[in-house]
Amino acid sequence: MFTDFIDGPFWTFSVSVFAIGVIWRLISIIRLGVPGDLAVPREDGGAGGMRTILSRFMARPAVRKRALLIVVAGYMFHVGLFALLFFAQPHIDFYVDRFGVPAWAGMPRWLFILTAEIAFAGLIMAWLYRVMHPVTRMLSGIGEHTASWLVFFVMLTGCLALLEQYDSLRVLHFFLAELLLIYFPFSSLMHTFTFAFSRNYTGATMGRRGVDA
Amino acid sequence: MSERLEKGIQALRDKMDARIASYFSSCVHCGLCAEACLFATESQDPIYTPIYKLEPMRKVWSREYSFWGKLGAMIGVTDNVTEEDFANWETLVYDSCTMCGRCSMVCPVGIDITYMIRKEREAFVAAGYTPEGLQAATERAINIGSPMGVTLKTLQATIRSVEKETGLTIPMDVAGADYMALFSSMEIVNFEEYIAGLARIFKAAGVSWTVSSKGFEATNSGIQIGDPEAAKTIVERVVSAAEELGVKSVISPECGHAFMAIRWEGPNLIGRQYPFKVIHILELLSELHENGSLQLEGMTDTPLTYHDPCQISRRGGVIQQPRDLLNSVASNFQEMSDGGDMNWCCGGGGGVSANERADEIRLQAFNIKKKQLAELDGVETIVTACANCRLMLEDGLEHYELSHEVTGLTELIAEHIKQ
Repeated sequence: MFTDFIDGPFWTFSVSVFAIGVIWRLISIIRLGVPGDLAVPREDGGAGGMRTILSRFMARPAVRKRALLIVVAGYMFHVGLFALLFFAQPHIDFYVDRFGVPAWAGMPRWLFILTAEIAFAGLIMAWLYRVMHPVTRMLSGIGEHTASWLVFFVMLTGCLALLEQYDSLRVLHFFLAELLLIYFPFSSLMHTFTFAFSRNYTGATMGRRGVDA
Repeated sequence: MSERLEKGIQALRDKMDARIASYFSSCVHCGLCAEACLFATESQDPIYTPIYKLEPMRKVWSREYSFWGKLGAMIGVTDNVTEEDFANWETLVYDSCTMCGRCSMVCPVGIDITYMIRKEREAFVAAGYTPEGLQAATERAINIGSPMGVTLKTLQATIRSVEKETGLTIPMDVAGADYMALFSSMEIVNFEEYIAGLARIFKAAGVSWTVSSKGFEATNSGIQIGDPEAAKTIVERVVSAAEELGVKSVISPECGHAFMAIRWEGPNLIGRQYPFKVIHILELLSELHENGSLQLEGMTDTPLTYHDPCQISRRGGVIQQPRDLLNSVASNFQEMSDGGDMNWCCGGGGGVSANERADEIRLQAFNIKKKQLAELDGVETIVTACANCRLMLEDGLEHYELSHEVTGLTELIAEHIKQ
């Protein structure tokens, strides 16, 4: 009964909240508008925006050497999570089943396990940094901690579900993922989408000035 | 709620555009901006974390633009900005931020914190929480025409002195000249060698130029304090002077914030494009050198380094030109670590130098410059291209009992004009 609910109506509900919520958040940002820039540009703002969207995937050396731990943890978590979400075979099978998309090649199981461990370690390192470093400890609020813990439990139950011994672990993983989907649009997890906007705005402004931001 | 608080909150609300909303939506509070801020790194005090300086603005965004904030406001649990917030954050916003933009360069999600600080300062003006020194400078800029109280008479006295020293005539109010030169008050009062250098260079390069008696001061404390009306008035003074003389281009002085004000912010402040071009003096010198109008000779072998003024390099895009110029006159030019678009600020930009209250934290932050200088090999000369940076460097060097000499790049170039 509970499994059917989680696999059925609750999935539909959570994915709808996610989709509608994300679109609503993005529209609510865009509709605020940005004042035009009347200063004669040196370079094209569009190119600057695109450049910054891409270049900020790499941490600048100036900050990399000062905050190595959080930079490394950030890469471990984000790259690992991306690989897990889109190249873990159980996830690919899920997308094919739920969305009817054609299948694509997944990671071998050993790489999947390794990636999960890297992502997990990255998340734990980032969270420890958040609670131990005086700056992040001061900045972090309930939103950051809720997001961290939700992601942590989704990943933990995902790892446990890998054992494939109990369907209840898969259902628990799925249920937590659905909670995460519901929470997502109303949290700082929105940076998954809005980072492109913020990088673009900054990159375009600075690009017009001839600065590679 | 008091009227001033209401005005401040309304101003914060009015500043909320798609840029700011995307910035707050993207911030994950990773704290990397703290690693880029000279006040945060040198004090090791987390309250100087750049994104934290935007807490009043974030509160308004959260309360009025986020789901949880709006929900919390409905049931009365989301905090609103208070007068105490304005009072507490005034020092963070004005004393410990030079709007140098270094934090904006390292944010992984691309937040331009400097842009938001600039907007937040406008709310602090609306609420009446601004440092006295900057208030007074802005009033002088509006009423007298210069934040330092420099009048036309002062300029004329400096020009007479420069003319006597160089034997050249400084052209005043020449209609139809190609270029109209602007100065910062510090150049007029403290560094007249800049004006002398300009006169020598333009004579040698055959540049048609003039100085306007109606609009000669380029700095803009209206922008620094966050008063758009004052900023607009100051820009309009220069624009109408240039239009009256019908010049083709206006030359921004070495001063970084002046360049930012007249080149990048000015058209947006007055709501139209200029009928003339704005060029920074270093861009012009580089152009003149490249096209052969300005011939240089002799190379100094004195080890020297270059301090990038933030608003000229990181926020203004003039990064390569000073290096090309330096390499054409100096055989031992050494880059500071993080030089160029990631330079460390002198600590006095964004109106901090005009704010005496900030002296202690400014000098503490200057420690980063001391560290940068210590890494160089035998360098005792710092070249820069901003009168304010120059003064702040001299002040910081004296504070840390360092013996480096500070000089302006335009003067250095003038010393190497081919005779």
